[in-house]
Amino acid sequence: MWSYFIRRIVIGIPTLWAIITVCFFLMRLTPGGPFDSEAPVPPEILTNLRASYHLDDPLWQQYFSYLGNLLHGDFGPSFKYRDFTVTELIAQGFPVSLQNGAAALVLAVVIGVFLGIVAALAQNTRRDYAVSAIAMTGIVIPNFIMGHLLILIFGLWLKDSIFQLPAGGWEDGAFANRILPVVCLALPYVAYIARIARGSMIEALHANYIRTARAKGLPFRTVVLRHALTSAMMPVVTFLGPATAFILTGSMVVETIFQIPGIGRYFVQGALNRDYTLVMGVTILSAALVIFMNIVVDMIYSVLDPHVRYDEAAS
Amino acid sequence: MQSVLDIKNLTVRFATADGEVAAVSDVSLSVGKGECLGIVGESGSGKSQTFMAAMGLLARNGRATGEVMFGYMNLLTAKEQTLNTVRGNKLAMIFQDPMTSLTPHMKVGRQLTEVLVRHCGLNAAAARTAAIEMLGRVRIPEAARRFDMYPHELSGGLRQRVMIAMALLCGPELIIADEPTTALDVTVQAQILALIRSTREEFNTSIILITHDLGVVAGLADRVAVMYAGRIVEIGDVDQIFNAPRHPYTKGLLACTPRLDDPATATLATIPGQPPNLQHLPRGCAYHPRCPYVMDRCRVESPKLLPTGAGQNACFLDDLDVRAAS
Ligand SMILES: Nc1ncnc2c1ncn2[C@@H]1O[C@H](COP(=O)(O)OP(=O)(O)O)[C@@H](O)[C@H]1O
Ligand SMILES: [Mg+2]
Repeated sequence: MWSYFIRRIVIGIPTLWAIITVCFFLMRLTPGGPFDSEAPVPPEILTNLRASYHLDDPLWQQYFSYLGNLLHGDFGPSFKYRDFTVTELIAQGFPVSLQNGAAALVLAVVIGVFLGIVAALAQNTRRDYAVSAIAMTGIVIPNFIMGHLLILIFGLWLKDSIFQLPAGGWEDGAFANRILPVVCLALPYVAYIARIARGSMIEALHANYIRTARAKGLPFRTVVLRHALTSAMMPVVTFLGPATAFILTGSMVVETIFQIPGIGRYFVQGALNRDYTLVMGVTILSAALVIFMNIVVDMIYSVLDPHVRYDEAAS
Repeated sequence: MQSVLDIKNLTVRFATADGEVAAVSDVSLSVGKGECLGIVGESGSGKSQTFMAAMGLLARNGRATGEVMFGYMNLLTAKEQTLNTVRGNKLAMIFQDPMTSLTPHMKVGRQLTEVLVRHCGLNAAAARTAAIEMLGRVRIPEAARRFDMYPHELSGGLRQRVMIAMALLCGPELIIADEPTTALDVTVQAQILALIRSTREEFNTSIILITHDLGVVAGLADRVAVMYAGRIVEIGDVDQIFNAPRHPYTKGLLACTPRLDDPATATLATIPGQPPNLQHLPRGCAYHPRCPYVMDRCRVESPKLLPTGAGQNACFLDDLDVRAAS
């Protein structure tokens, strides 16, 4: 089985390379350049700047030198934050996004799965409809509205009450400053996971082996948790693979609204400033994470479902 | 004879989008201690739902009325918790499809031991020993090794043996076997039937054997109930059902069952006409549109299940016989 996963990782490398290539050229095709938005710069300085970043070299040459540097783990200097390398910026921002993302993920899985099971067991009752309503709300209200809504409620209306929470800022990761962004980040995932878990739990409860488990006289709780939950979790795990990658690399919207120095905010600023290397760096990190998480999902599959045997599938 | 299970006037209705369907109508029967009762009928005749109701396993849209007594417990009105003290303990059920009836992500052993832990209060180690012993008793070779396998690593026949072992764990008084061999290869079918026969002798358990195949019932059952469109149309000793069937439907079923003593040239007959549609049952006897002996009366009146000789039969032809005799 390990050889299968090692092979998967090896196959991931050309995928990543393709993404890097497409991204590199797409960005250069986009109108505008890294130094456009600056206050008017004297032409001679601009020429110097362009030269120091090799922007006047032929594109293919820039591409290969970028790839070459990547192989040494060097993402190059940032165009915008000129005193920092992209690697340094990622090292600053990624842990922040990672912490928030992980917290949001745990919150989303625990609450989402719980709500999904509750809804499935109360299928077509008021409780079920309530969960569906919550889920639909979480899905249809976009992040940027939900974020401002939360700020409005907890930062403004509840100001001076015990429920008051900071409307933004990071304060080096103070607990109170983390609450709103994490909740905002988690809400849509709570909604998706609840919906997925509800559907798969209902389906699992219809399986023949659930009938067997009930015929054995097991308490219903045991039937659900021991016999049904594992297969009901499979679709949730499938969803979680890419979702984890996205949530961990930070939400640009949430980090921008709450002014969190995470990697998502760098991405937005990088894109606005045509900070080629910064955008590339964040993109590569996200892509690598998506590829990696998909492999992790397959590994979890092989634990949840003994049918899944990757040696056989590969041979 | 002392009876183990007593069903009285059991009716099972399902609420569907097209209105209510009576899958089982006014069924009464009982199974004696150590007896094997066969239940036969075409698929859709209500065989499974009769006993799903008894086990408290009806789908959410199903409702059962009547009475199903298991000892002193009315299974239809018992609370789920009370029901769970007999289900899988003294009252066990084996299902048709061994491929899907075991939980795929749990080892076979755990699925057996959880029954022992639940009903017999054994600890993990004792349950393991007892479960492996039971696997051996249902003639699973290398029981200890199979104990640690997942269901998909076993053949269909072995899985059905596991299901049987699971049913036997707590020394049940009654095992309901719903088409236990239907999903299996012919040779495996014969082995599983032989196993059921020998467990019956060994454990002195009552057995309800549900099947659409009269051949399965022939060598095993003491009595046979024939169901059609949710009703029992005939019930009697196995010899009487096979050698002197009274109901035209039973006769039809028999004609469809290949027999070893048939001349090789005989072609397999089928009962002409459509199986009944529960949503639109004909007036009168449900079988009358397909019955070769149909009379005017059959089209308007529904015959009751009445004693005839050793068994019971629901057909107006019996009245004629009685009148002819007098
Ligand atoms: N959940 C349900 N909803 C509606 N109809 C059902 C449901 N379950 C079973 N039935 C109907 O009940 C009838 C009897 O089914 P069953 O007892 O399974 O037949 P069989 O004799 O083949 O075992 C069938 O016609 C089936 O369509
Ligand atoms: Mg059936």
